[in-house]
Order: sequence, then C-alpha cells, then structure tokens
Amino acid sequence: MPCDECDHQVREDPAPFRLVIASDPMSVREALRTLMSANVMQGLSGDRRGVAEIVLAEVLNNVVEHAYADTSGEIRLEVQREGCSLQCEVVDSGRPMPGDHPPDPIPSRPEELQEGSFGWYMIRMLSQDLKYRRRNGQNEIRLRLPTIA
Amino acid sequence: MELVARQLDGVLVVHAMDDRIDAAGAIQFKERMRGIVQGAEPRVVLDMTRVNFLDSSGLGAVVAVMKMMGPDRKLELAGLTPTVQKVFRLTRMESIFTIHSSLPEGLGHAV
Repeated sequence: MPCDECDHQVREDPAPFRLVIASDPMSVREALRTLMSANVMQGLSGDRRGVAEIVLAEVLNNVVEHAYADTSGEIRLEVQREGCSLQCEVVDSGRPMPGDHPPDPIPSRPEELQEGSFGWYMIRMLSQDLKYRRRNGQNEIRLRLPTIA
Repeated sequence: MELVARQLDGVLVVHAMDDRIDAAGAIQFKERMRGIVQGAEPRVVLDMTRVNFLDSSGLGAVVAVMKMMGPDRKLELAGLTPTVQKVFRLTRMESIFTIHSSLPEGLGHAV
C-alpha cells in the first residue's frame, strides 16, 4: 500500500514481530538480535535499523532495571510495519512508572560526565507518539519509529 | 567482553573484540578496563571498530572508564561505527572525548 506521509510504495506489510522474553539483560540482547533479522526490519536503511535497535534496547532495559528491579517476569515485545512506520509495543507486569508517566527527558550535560539517564533522553529524541499507560496491572509503552529518515 | 591491550610508543591501544557494549556486558567492560588502564600510559585509545552497537549502559561504562583514568590522562576513541556514533552524537558525549575516525597512524595494525 502507498504511504500517505512520504509517497513510499510499500508492497505489503510483513507479519508483526512478536516475542515474549524474560526480564534480564541477556534476554534483551537476544531479543534485539532476533528482531534485527526479522521480516519486519527488512528493507530498512542501516540508519533506521540502528535507531530501532537503540530505542528498543533502552525501553526493554528500562523495564528490566526499573519495572522488574526487585522481581522478574515477562516482557512482551511487538513490532509491526504500518506504512512508513514501525509501531512498537512493550508490555510488562512489573512496577508502574513513578507518577504514572515516563520520565521527562533530562537534557544531556556532557560537561558533568554523567554516567546515566541517557536512556529516556534517546528514546524521546528518536521516537514519536510515545504513550504509556497502566492497565490491568501491566505497563504498556507504545511508540512509533519512522522507517524513512 | 574480550579486550586486547597493546602497548605502542607511549600509547596503550585497547581493542574491543565484541560486537556490542550493552546492558548485558557494560559492568564487565568497565571492570576489565579498570584493570587494563591502571598504571597504563597517559594516552589510552579504545578501538571500537568491531563494536556495532552501544546502548546507554555501554555509553555510561565508557564515560566511567574515562573518569577512573583521572584528570591527567586521556581516553581516546577510534573507529566508531554508525550506530555507536549516533549514540555519542545524540547525547552530545562526543564533545568530551577525542574521537578518531580510525586508529591513529601507526596504531592501526590488525590484532
């Protein structure tokens, strides 16, 4: 189908990518490896693939480090092509986000040699339509990544 | 996280041999680098040619290594691949490192 936003002709959207993983960093690494070779990523430029890997790494690792900080559980990842976007959803059953919303982006301050807080900053910089909600004891994060730069 | 260090004319070159420095490997990277840079030359060049992916934990670990080297020594980075470069640029951390597009002249021999 043609994309309204960019005139890009999309032949047919590949099947959605769905994966359920355990909440540890090694599982996140493997999930990203699997995703990057999945049909849903086919045809994307190196730059767009890099952006998807960065953003999803940060979202998934945040779930591991914060939502499941003291426990462990499952993380569900779904990525699908919608026209010129990758629509991504990450669901977990861990702790809700503080204040029920994702952390505000803290501007990067290189001069302070910070070692943390880059994660949400990059997610916000690289993604669009970021939405979070807490529903039925689960965190649902949705965001969109343009497939055309 | 495999790291190979070579002493070359007043410079310690450290080759990162794995294809990613991520949340699963950041702590190990930091600890191995701690051992390598202790008492090393004033100039340390980290060769990142093989590293295709770096996340915020990996970035934090590279910053931590620079801090553990103290104010009188420098950590330089070489051979940033496109995604790694994007992370440094987005977070503006490229401004606090000396970044070489490839290994400086004379340090570029294959491991």
